[in-house]
Amino acid sequence: MKQSKRTPLALAILSFVGLWLWLTAPTQVTTIQTTTDTDIFALPSFGVAASLIAAVAYAILLVTTAVSAWWVIKLNHKTPRWVVLTFGIALVLTILVDLFAGKTMPITSLLQGSLALAVPLIFGSLAGVLSERVGIVNIAIDSQLLAGAFVSAFVASISDNLYAGLLGAVIAGALVSWVLAVFSIKYIVDQIIVGVVLNVLIVGLTNFLFSTLLVSDIAAFNQPPRFEKILVPLLGQIPVIGPVLFNQTLIVYLMYLAVAGVFIALFKTRWGLRVRAVGEYPKAADTVGIKVFQTRYISVMIGGALAGLGGSFFTLGQVGAFGKEMTNGAGYIALAALIFGRWNPIYAALAALLFGFAQNLQYGLAIIGSDVPSEFLLMLPYALTVVAVAGLVGKVTGPAAAGKAYIKS
Amino acid sequence: MNKVMKEIFSASTLNTVLAVVASFVFGGVLIAFANENVQVAAGYLFARPADFFMAIWNSVFGAYDALFRGAVFNYKLDGIVAMVKPITETLAYATPITLSGLGLAVAFRSGLFNIGAPGQIMFGAMFAGWIGINLDLPFYIHFPIAVIAGVIGGALFGALVGFLRATTGANEVIVTIMFNYIAALLLGWLLKTPVLQAPGAVNPISAAVSDSAKYPLLFGEQFRVHTGFVMMLLAVVAVWWFLNRSSIGFQFRALGHNPNAAKTAGINIGLTFVLVMAVSGALSGLAGTTQILGTEKFLTTGVAASYGFDAITVALLGRNNPWGVLVAGILFGGLRAGAVTMQASQGVPIDIVLVVQSMIVLFIAAPPLVRAMFRLKAQKGGAQ
Repeated sequence: MKQSKRTPLALAILSFVGLWLWLTAPTQVTTIQTTTDTDIFALPSFGVAASLIAAVAYAILLVTTAVSAWWVIKLNHKTPRWVVLTFGIALVLTILVDLFAGKTMPITSLLQGSLALAVPLIFGSLAGVLSERVGIVNIAIDSQLLAGAFVSAFVASISDNLYAGLLGAVIAGALVSWVLAVFSIKYIVDQIIVGVVLNVLIVGLTNFLFSTLLVSDIAAFNQPPRFEKILVPLLGQIPVIGPVLFNQTLIVYLMYLAVAGVFIALFKTRWGLRVRAVGEYPKAADTVGIKVFQTRYISVMIGGALAGLGGSFFTLGQVGAFGKEMTNGAGYIALAALIFGRWNPIYAALAALLFGFAQNLQYGLAIIGSDVPSEFLLMLPYALTVVAVAGLVGKVTGPAAAGKAYIKS
Repeated sequence: MNKVMKEIFSASTLNTVLAVVASFVFGGVLIAFANENVQVAAGYLFARPADFFMAIWNSVFGAYDALFRGAVFNYKLDGIVAMVKPITETLAYATPITLSGLGLAVAFRSGLFNIGAPGQIMFGAMFAGWIGINLDLPFYIHFPIAVIAGVIGGALFGALVGFLRATTGANEVIVTIMFNYIAALLLGWLLKTPVLQAPGAVNPISAAVSDSAKYPLLFGEQFRVHTGFVMMLLAVVAVWWFLNRSSIGFQFRALGHNPNAAKTAGINIGLTFVLVMAVSGALSGLAGTTQILGTEKFLTTGVAASYGFDAITVALLGRNNPWGVLVAGILFGGLRAGAVTMQASQGVPIDIVLVVQSMIVLFIAAPPLVRAMFRLKAQKGGAQ
């Protein structure tokens, strides 16, 4: 079978962006600032010429495009992911340096902001992965995040205990996903309908309870404590990535565990094999004695619990108080991330990081007064997802049985 | 006649009615729960239980009475204009909801899960708004051009989804979700550029649509309901005729029933995907024109409001049948209109409408659940 030439073609077309950036690169120097307060040894800020970076990046783009073409045409094999990844990173870096030419780019704080935006997205996309891998389409990620945010703020406020708040968030997320599971599995309702409706139902419920219950006594019901940042010794002092990755709240460390845990559970355990079997071909799974319904309930609800935990990051990890519709559609971006990450927990997490970075970049650009409209940065996750599902850069296919109810005969 | 009676008393209609009733009961529980008098009376429930139940009755009756007064007929006001204004408000709200719901019904009947109504409404409103604001023409030219532009805007944005589905197999659910966000961000950006922003404005808002492009009002200045409502009624008839009597409509339904059989029968599947989404988007685009050229007059990022979700629920509640969509659209228009009064006079947050709406859809989608709640016997060999 001939491999599709779409990927090298797409890379070749995209590399013209790199050429254009190189030709129009400003002569100014971009100062890259890496220092933060927690560094033991601070790297000095250093400057790079935007035109030099653009030239190097363009060379990388050309090389990776050539590698991709060689792989597909000569070896008749799919382009390896690392090639596409290198291409993407080179392109993004050169655009960044170009945007910040003549200015200071605070790389560490840019990355910190990106991670903060990405945490709920990552939890949400894990929920989606666990749900869709077992054959239940999860459009309702946003409702699970929102329920987690609401319940965690409420429970942590009345109990004055952060861990009770976390537990509440986990239970709330799992409950919402249980409703999704019951309607999809027991009542055989179209999974997309249930998902869309759940999102609106939870918005309605939390708005209603916010306006009636929480507002009636804010001090008692909506003033939870917040998690403090924990600095990991040694790791936290690595320049640039140390303060970004290892000076974070408990919820972020739980997120690292969750990504690794979901990956191992899905791909390295017997349970994960069963989950994937049910999501691909439930009838065959049933035939060999796997309990299809039970596996579906469990996997969907673990996903919901994780999304609930992600929701608590909005309140206990960041803002503190709950606000109406505070997820702001994060669940849909998480859905985009999991599709862009091809239903793989690690790629989904990376996609969520990329989307968080794009969202956060608008603040960095606003500070230096750049005239790039923020709307286009915010559009990136959605546009990339459309590109991905349209198969312009490699074919994206989800679990075969996702969205189809299983009727035991 | 016999057929009509049979349909009314058939289980599916009964199921729909029960689903609506159950959802209102659930809404009532929430209203009572959030009511302060009820909370106070619950404190001495065992001393004076009658107080507790009276408080519940008062809170729930008060809320639903206000809902009725806001949606149908306000008997507490003086003067016939003030009294009948609510029903005209209901019709004004029902117009875009029903139009967009019709669009989704066409797509659902054809087996395409179009949840891109918000984006398609926005595109319709953008195109119609641009023509309505920037051109200076007499009414009988300006108005039709603006409406047609809106219809084309919605149709193009819809057809793009159909095109992607036909050529690349891209799942229309994912694509329409993403397109909704892209449309909203695009509209937000255009409202900050001279393309759509009112000259000298600081906020993202357009200039007013000129009078020559507006839908004429139906009952004079006192009421917001405009000729878009008549347009909507015509659209109901047109969609019914199109789906049930035209040959393209037949192809649409064939695609929805069984794509493989449709293909074998010689129907061009890819082209039909594009056409279905174009028709569906056109109706949402038309809904967008009734917003911008009728009720709103200015273009803002909120032009699609929650009509996208309302349209999904209306299409489902109306069982994808144009007449059913009309009834459901007027019901939800009434909920929207009444909720405003309910919030103002009883302090019940408007969000209760979202809860009731979503519960209705969940219950309708799961007939066994409703049957279990009302202890009805499962029908033998019946539908569902």
